Amino acid sequence: MKGAAPVLFDAPGPRARRRHRVYGLLALAGALAVGAAVLLRLSEAGQFVGAMWEPFTYRGVQERVLRGVLDTLKAFGLAVVLSLVLGVLLATGRLSSHRWIRWPCAAVVEVFRALPLLILIFALYNMAGLRDAVEGFGNALRNGLGAPGDWLATHYATPTLWALAFGVALYNGAVHAELLRSGARAVGAGQWEAAYALGMRKRQVLSTVVLPQTVRAMLPGIMSQIVVTLKDTSLGFIIMYEELLYAGKLLAQNISTPYGYPYLPVLWVVGSLYVVMCLLLSLLARQIARPRNRREARVRS
Amino acid sequence: MHVLLDNLGLFRRGFVGTVQLTVVSATVALLLGGILTLFRIGPVPLLRAIGAGAVTLLCNTPLTLLFFGVTLGLPMLGLTDLSYFTLAVVALSAYSSAFLCEALRSGVNTVDTGQAEAARSLGLTFPQTALLVVLPQAGRAVLPPMSSVIITLAKNSALAGGFSVFEMFTVEKTLIEQGYAVTTVFLWVGLAYLVLIACISAVFRFLEWRLAVPR
Repeated sequence: MKGAAPVLFDAPGPRARRRHRVYGLLALAGALAVGAAVLLRLSEAGQFVGAMWEPFTYRGVQERVLRGVLDTLKAFGLAVVLSLVLGVLLATGRLSSHRWIRWPCAAVVEVFRALPLLILIFALYNMAGLRDAVEGFGNALRNGLGAPGDWLATHYATPTLWALAFGVALYNGAVHAELLRSGARAVGAGQWEAAYALGMRKRQVLSTVVLPQTVRAMLPGIMSQIVVTLKDTSLGFIIMYEELLYAGKLLAQNISTPYGYPYLPVLWVVGSLYVVMCLLLSLLARQIARPRNRREARVRS
Repeated sequence: MHVLLDNLGLFRRGFVGTVQLTVVSATVALLLGGILTLFRIGPVPLLRAIGAGAVTLLCNTPLTLLFFGVTLGLPMLGLTDLSYFTLAVVALSAYSSAFLCEALRSGVNTVDTGQAEAARSLGLTFPQTALLVVLPQAGRAVLPPMSSVIITLAKNSALAGGFSVFEMFTVEKTLIEQGYAVTTVFLWVGLAYLVLIACISAVFRFLEWRLAVPR
């Protein structure tokens, strides 16, 4: 709508502009009134008493919140890496010319795309196999590597972390696979033919010619899916992975004030941290995906 | 098989819960998304800004966080007699409305400019142009993305099970707690969602076919 003349309404003249300003101000006043009423209600309920907010000045509480942020980012990082690897594998599988590779990959993609992530994560969390494997791996690390292995085992060999990371990665990997596949379809037939004419093998064509172009063309979609991955990480709360929201809940439960537990103040702090993380990531995603920051997406042929 | 047959009542209750949650939230979300779209394509600059801000905020809030805000916040505001179901509908529909608004707005661009110009030259006001001429055509064009938003809504509704609403996730939790094999329970619950999603996409395919116009 910027720049070009608006299509849906006539260009406003001076009177219309004045009228629009009145509408806008009325809406703003309404919003402010609702906001004020909310704040008033909350303060009547004792949510703005110093005792509710005082805990945030304690060093221990600040560290706990920070640890929650780091734990969220840890699960997020693992999930992103796993999902991208899985996405590339599944996409190449679906582009394979062998039926016995193509069909299983298609089935995996379709099933995991259609299942609610929460159902998947909860099932993974309750699978004895995954838990035993992770704990066994942790013990092996402890026995084999000494002190650094011990650190790794305590921080990375927790079943909840892997249930969350695998669940999020399976779902988002399936979505990445679909994005990459549709991108690969969009790479012109001439590209494939030229690569074959140069004597490349199928694997070389995919990995050196088609995939790079696909990734470049599909970057906006992939980046916005990575933002979704960060949001999905919050589901770890349900399986009691100690991410930001769960850390917040534990904090609130352990602080007692004359006005009850400070659930809302903690939610404000923890929630705004989470939203800011997502906003920053979205901003970064948009920056990376912006056309002028990418090289020409398609080679002219 | 006996997992399903022994707990048929539980499964039915859960499935009905999920369907109700999805249908009610989708309806409210469509309404909210439509209003947000009107704000964003309208002539009032301040409303455009408010709409854009709301959409950006909702798109960047994890749904779990939104559920917390709604389930803890609204009762604190004195709305104590809202059921868990209502609270879940508020969270789900607010979240989905932002994505529906994005879908609808991209549809507005597909409507031929001549349509809006013709409407304006007939003297229709902005609400008339938008509601009678442009949005109906835009909605028709964005049925596929809309169906994927609604399908995501159906999947997201599982989170309501973590906030005391009885639906399919509750079924999964209850059965696993009762000691049934995790994989079997997962398969049946997953199948229920696949059926639901197949139904949603069938409805949208029907709508697409019914509303198709030769261009």
